[in-house]
Amino acid sequence: MALWGFYARNLDEVLHLVGQHLYLVTVSTALAIVLGLPLGVLLTRRPAWRTPVLGLANVLQTIPSLALFGFLIPLPFIGGIGATTAIVALVVYALLPIVRNTYTGIAAVDPAVREAARGMGMTDWQLLTQVELPLGGAVILAGVRVATVVSVGTATIAAAIGAGGLGVYIFRGVAVVDDTLILAGALPAALMALAADGLFGLAERRFTWRAG
Amino acid sequence: MTQPLEVDGLGYVLADRGAGAAGRGRVIVQDVSFAVGPGETLVLLGRSGSGKTTILKLINRLLEPTAGTVRVAGERTAELPVTRLRRRIGYVIQEVGLFPHFTVARNVGLVPRLEEWDEIRIAARVRELLTLVGLNPDSFATRYPHELSGGQRQRVGVARALAAGPPLLLLDEPFGALDPITRVELQREFQALQRRLGQAMVFVTHDVREGLLLGTRIGVMHAGRLVFVGTPEQFRASEHPECRAFLEAA
Repeated sequence: MALWGFYARNLDEVLHLVGQHLYLVTVSTALAIVLGLPLGVLLTRRPAWRTPVLGLANVLQTIPSLALFGFLIPLPFIGGIGATTAIVALVVYALLPIVRNTYTGIAAVDPAVREAARGMGMTDWQLLTQVELPLGGAVILAGVRVATVVSVGTATIAAAIGAGGLGVYIFRGVAVVDDTLILAGALPAALMALAADGLFGLAERRFTWRAG
Repeated sequence: MTQPLEVDGLGYVLADRGAGAAGRGRVIVQDVSFAVGPGETLVLLGRSGSGKTTILKLINRLLEPTAGTVRVAGERTAELPVTRLRRRIGYVIQEVGLFPHFTVARNVGLVPRLEEWDEIRIAARVRELLTLVGLNPDSFATRYPHELSGGQRQRVGVARALAAGPPLLLLDEPFGALDPITRVELQREFQALQRRLGQAMVFVTHDVREGLLLGTRIGVMHAGRLVFVGTPEQFRASEHPECRAFLEAA
């Protein structure tokens, strides 16, 4: 098959692009968790902020990804050509599912459990770390899972602004109308998405508790 | 003499959203005063919405009183850090509220662990308490709440509330969600527990039979006020219309 021949001949480049792709996805998802998890928790403590914050995240989500990459290029610090811009855009897309699911996961904790925790004398931090995050864990992880899978796909478009990744093959293949080349980029990206989906699925199961 | 619990002129007004100026709002509890001595169980009887559950939450500050003072073991609750206050008060609710991701042993050992007891002491205390509420520690300690029956869950709930040896126990319709047979069983065991422990208790219920069985004194709540306090005998003899209404319904 032509594809295997292509991979055999270009192994170094393939590995390099897979590495770039993984880098874009991992760094952006990690940043989105670092920002999104506290933000989601904050929304459970300040209910009045929920509508505006989730609304804004929703609006950001609707910007077509190619357009967002374009908008970011002229901006100082976070913009320009290359991986930084791509990561910023990927973080923007990953935020909504993570913030929303963090909020939803915590809000869904049985009110009786929360009342008992407070009534026993837990501090707000203990309530959060020992009760709400573990019990909301499955829903929160589902958000991270969606964010990661979407990121793997969106990161292919990052090649358009010089951030590299598997999108390089796809754009090249589209330009020269070469299916093998498109597939060379699309197949590993799809496998990567499936792997992320499977891994987070397993992690989610660890956080599934039967109602007491 | 300092009592485990003294409540004086307690009031709670729920601020109306958007009402703005002070003085507006819904009165939930008004001018409630009582004291509970060691070994005493004050049963608060009342219809739904009479404010009896609110009183418990005002004592452990899940709600902040808008008037009056509460003293637990002589200390004003308003002046204590809220977490320290609550760790001194056992709290049992109808829905139990066990942590589904904790084993029975971890649920029972919750407050001792918050109070940073060492693990050996916690383990010994957990065994002692499970035995006390009639659960064999060897077969129950490692189970999860979803593996228990309703009655077993509430036994664990009571054990959890007693864990750190609080001088005061608040119980909000603890047996209200159980089937009639289990309820009677737990009521009987609870009676035995009361005799052994000598803790002060406030027990909220709308079940007169339960109240008369478990209360050393009966308080009757009506429309946010404590309209009657007395011994079960005085309650039976009372001419107060709300007491009569409860006795006739029983």
